[in-house]
Amino acid sequence: MSAAPRFVYDVAASACGGLRTLVAGVEVLLRASGALWIEKRRTLVAADLHLEKGSAYAARGQMLPPYDTRETLGRLEREADALSPDIIVLLGDTFHDRGSEARLADDDAERLRSLARRSLLVWVVGNHDADGPAALPGEVVDELDIEGLRLRHEPQDGPQPGELSGHLHPCARVVASRGSVRRRCFVTDAERAVLPAFGAYAGGLNVRDAAFAGLFARPPIAAALGASRVHAVGWRSLGPD
Amino acid sequence: MADDAALARDLLPDRFADWFAARGWAPRAHQLEMVAKARAGRDALLIAPTGGGKTLAGFLPSLIELMDRPPPNTPRGVHTLYISPLKALAVDVERNLMAPIAQMGLPITAESRTGDTGQARRQRQRIKPPDILLTTPEQLALFCAWEGARLYFQDLACVVVDEIHAIHASKRGDLLALDLARLQQFAPNLRRVGLSATVDDPDVIRTWLGYAPEDGGGRAVDLVRGPAGAQPVVDVLLSEGRVPWAGHTAQHAMQEVYDVIRRSRTALVFVNTRFQAEFAFQELWRLNEDNLPIALHHGSLAAEQRRRVEAAMARGELRAVVCTSTLDLGIDWGDVDLVIQLASPKGASRMVQRIGRANHRLDEPSRALFVPANRFEMLECQAAREAIAENRFDGDPARVGALDVLAQHVLGCACSEPFDLVALYEEVRACGPYRALAWEDFEAVVDFVSTGGYALRTYDRFRRIVKGQDGLWRVRNAQTAQRHRLNVGAILSPAVLSVRLAGRRGSVGRKIGEVEEGYLELLEVGDTFVFAGQVWKLVGVTSLDVLVSPAADKDPKMPSWGGSKFALSTYLAQRVRELMYDQAHWQVLPLDVREWLEAQRDRSRIPAESEMLLETFPRGKRWFMVCYPFEGRLAHTTLAMLLTRRLERMGAAPLGFVCNDYALAIWALKPLDSLDFDSLFAEDMLGDDLEDWLADSFMMKRAFKGCAIISGLIERRFPGTEKSGRQVTFSTDLIYDVLRRHQPDHLLLRCAREDAATGLIDVARVGQMLARIRGRILHADLDHLSPFSVPILLEIGKERVPGAAGEMILTEAADDLIAEALA
Repeated sequence: MSAAPRFVYDVAASACGGLRTLVAGVEVLLRASGALWIEKRRTLVAADLHLEKGSAYAARGQMLPPYDTRETLGRLEREADALSPDIIVLLGDTFHDRGSEARLADDDAERLRSLARRSLLVWVVGNHDADGPAALPGEVVDELDIEGLRLRHEPQDGPQPGELSGHLHPCARVVASRGSVRRRCFVTDAERAVLPAFGAYAGGLNVRDAAFAGLFARPPIAAALGASRVHAVGWRSLGPD
Repeated sequence: MADDAALARDLLPDRFADWFAARGWAPRAHQLEMVAKARAGRDALLIAPTGGGKTLAGFLPSLIELMDRPPPNTPRGVHTLYISPLKALAVDVERNLMAPIAQMGLPITAESRTGDTGQARRQRQRIKPPDILLTTPEQLALFCAWEGARLYFQDLACVVVDEIHAIHASKRGDLLALDLARLQQFAPNLRRVGLSATVDDPDVIRTWLGYAPEDGGGRAVDLVRGPAGAQPVVDVLLSEGRVPWAGHTAQHAMQEVYDVIRRSRTALVFVNTRFQAEFAFQELWRLNEDNLPIALHHGSLAAEQRRRVEAAMARGELRAVVCTSTLDLGIDWGDVDLVIQLASPKGASRMVQRIGRANHRLDEPSRALFVPANRFEMLECQAAREAIAENRFDGDPARVGALDVLAQHVLGCACSEPFDLVALYEEVRACGPYRALAWEDFEAVVDFVSTGGYALRTYDRFRRIVKGQDGLWRVRNAQTAQRHRLNVGAILSPAVLSVRLAGRRGSVGRKIGEVEEGYLELLEVGDTFVFAGQVWKLVGVTSLDVLVSPAADKDPKMPSWGGSKFALSTYLAQRVRELMYDQAHWQVLPLDVREWLEAQRDRSRIPAESEMLLETFPRGKRWFMVCYPFEGRLAHTTLAMLLTRRLERMGAAPLGFVCNDYALAIWALKPLDSLDFDSLFAEDMLGDDLEDWLADSFMMKRAFKGCAIISGLIERRFPGTEKSGRQVTFSTDLIYDVLRRHQPDHLLLRCAREDAATGLIDVARVGQMLARIRGRILHADLDHLSPFSVPILLEIGKERVPGAAGEMILTEAADDLIAEALA
């Protein structure tokens, strides 16, 4: 029995398959796609798209299927179609490396321009794409404050109420009696949230990894991405890899 | 005999004849025949049982040729290349070869080269090749991807492939066949020699071994048969305790097994899984009042530990070794006088090989004891025993060479020297497994190697192999070649973690062995489990290590026994069905098994050999359908998946299913007895239903991962770093999903589909079975469960049974079910 009172997370299933919850008191919707929706400002946030990861490997001789960019953009377009956001925030590492934008196929670049015509496209820069796009439209920022939330690529150490970040590619291993599954997930302690990677080929880091250790004030919950809905999973049900 | 002697004088130089005479031996007929074949320049496959002087027969022609070879003016290349599927065997044969070479004073050097060979020796072997080089298929593939390959092998006169029966029907066999064709380009007069244990159909291996280029010049492989050897003496343990209804551990018979070991000189105790190995080892030591030296040998143990056991065995210090298939192949074990097979043999050929481990003298029979763990296995053991007595074996069907392996080979060829597309195609088609390779498929493979083979042509600028002005294809750069060489081979081991002692303050201690990732999924931190013959507590798991500490727990948790990973062979399954139907034959079975069959006959039905029994009955609040195809767990699981989908569509609302090697059971909330079983089991279930189910299944993902690694889409190793298996798992699943959506006809998806259909779900076997039982389903509509159904019902919910408490629950459950079946 722990002496501290147990924190009760305010989580509710949404009709779209997502989960509604509060981050620093602001209501957000954790979408099954792995994007986050801030309804009040009609803002869609997606982290770590890693566009052109496939071609980055191909350039080094490993011929991964060249379909990851269109897969990822297709997913982003479906979110934009479903939600009609005013703002789309790409939360850093949108490109896999500095050469990615140049390798982008013409039709994929056009799809990004089209998204920028429909919504304000905001590029938060990350460690893989520190300069932001060279030719594509949109605003480039280091950080962004929306509705009391602070959006940045890499989570900062210590208490950061209201921070939304990416970078870590959180993944949850959910252990049940008949086996276990490993899924991408949001991870949040209701003070801050780390978004899953949105990119088709982005790998994942288990939320039990030390990299997550200093971030949360209390045992966080994982919101694991299922096929069409998000599953809230308590810390104790999460296994190591 | 006079003829043999004359033949020997003609074929054997004096030095060899004297050597045989000095040892009190006479050269055997098949040894002489191999010399005669070599003299005639013929390729030859020697089929002989263990102990027939097979290895010497393979080398004798080379030793004779090398003896007469004049001393060189310049360093010469390798004369004879020996390939063994096992590293340890290559080293063992090197040792055994040194004896005749030394005793006859032959001017011949023989050296092994395996993954364990040190860098200095490797370097020296390249600069100054030995006359005889003993190595593995993987090392040969490495050689063939080296720039110096052609020069190195241009003097090659002979290649000897040992234990060919164990390798030809696999991806390793595909790769080896391709590399043999490569060698034939380097040394066109190269003679091929194959050594095999007794097999059902030698022609399959002759085709594999043969070189048959389209333009003629191909040669048939001659067959040489060794002596038959004494008929093995096989007994089935008629346990004094009753044969259990279900289970895989043979715990009931352990005291008797121990007594047999006590009466033998040295016994090999074969089991089918490492769990069974750990369990049997524990049990035998529990009974080991005499402190007999009994050891354990399986693939998860640390290499040093395995080597210690092997060395102690060779020195004759052990009375018994409990082992898995790691000891199936022919390392010389000296004084084994008894082979014990714990639990079901699964196939007659495998048993003959295992029995061959006992007694390496041809004139004395090998002795073996089968210990069935349950009643169905009793039938199986009896059928296997009779098959062995009749010299009837189950064989591997001929294989069609895999395209992912071909992709690896094509890149390897380009790393070695520029190739002409058409010439390489002809070379590949000259190999047994690739005789039927279509030009379109070959082109697709080359395109895959070059650019990944995608409809979206964005990678043309990143080509790994490029066509030059001269029309020849070559590797793009040195890095590509270097990376290829790090990833050569067609062995896929599941991702493994090291089991290590947890040190103080989180440090990591000595390595105890390795486990497959899946092993851990049933264990939680704090659980105790048996590994390497001891009880450990799981302390934690890091990315690559499983940390454990010794535990005194007498009652460890056992992860699922998992049955055997070998399927019951088609041939043996048929014999089991025959035995079951033939009531006069039941006399050979122990009383309790006979009573069980009689109870089944009286309370349900005994199917004819050509029929499949299907029972329906209610039990509790559920309705069961149990059928007995005897096709192995793999085929049954596939069948159950497909049947469940159909039952769902028919509105029968199936709730679950369970399978073992003999039967499958499906249950539902509604009666299943009035279904149209002929249409339920119609063969068209292998059409769309199969494809729908397969596309999303983890089997396809697992198969895809294997193909992606072998074909070089995903690298096992980067220079300087090692990717853990888990990272590979994750990314190949993502790649599979994306590729399936965007290019469903991609080469690797085709490869994965083939592999899944054969290796992981056994579609062919399901197909044959559905054809066999068409119109022959024997439906027994029962009002309660039958004696046959007890074992399969006991499998329900059996996973995660903790220690003895679980055994107790299980025993109680069994007693209840048995009482019910016999009520």
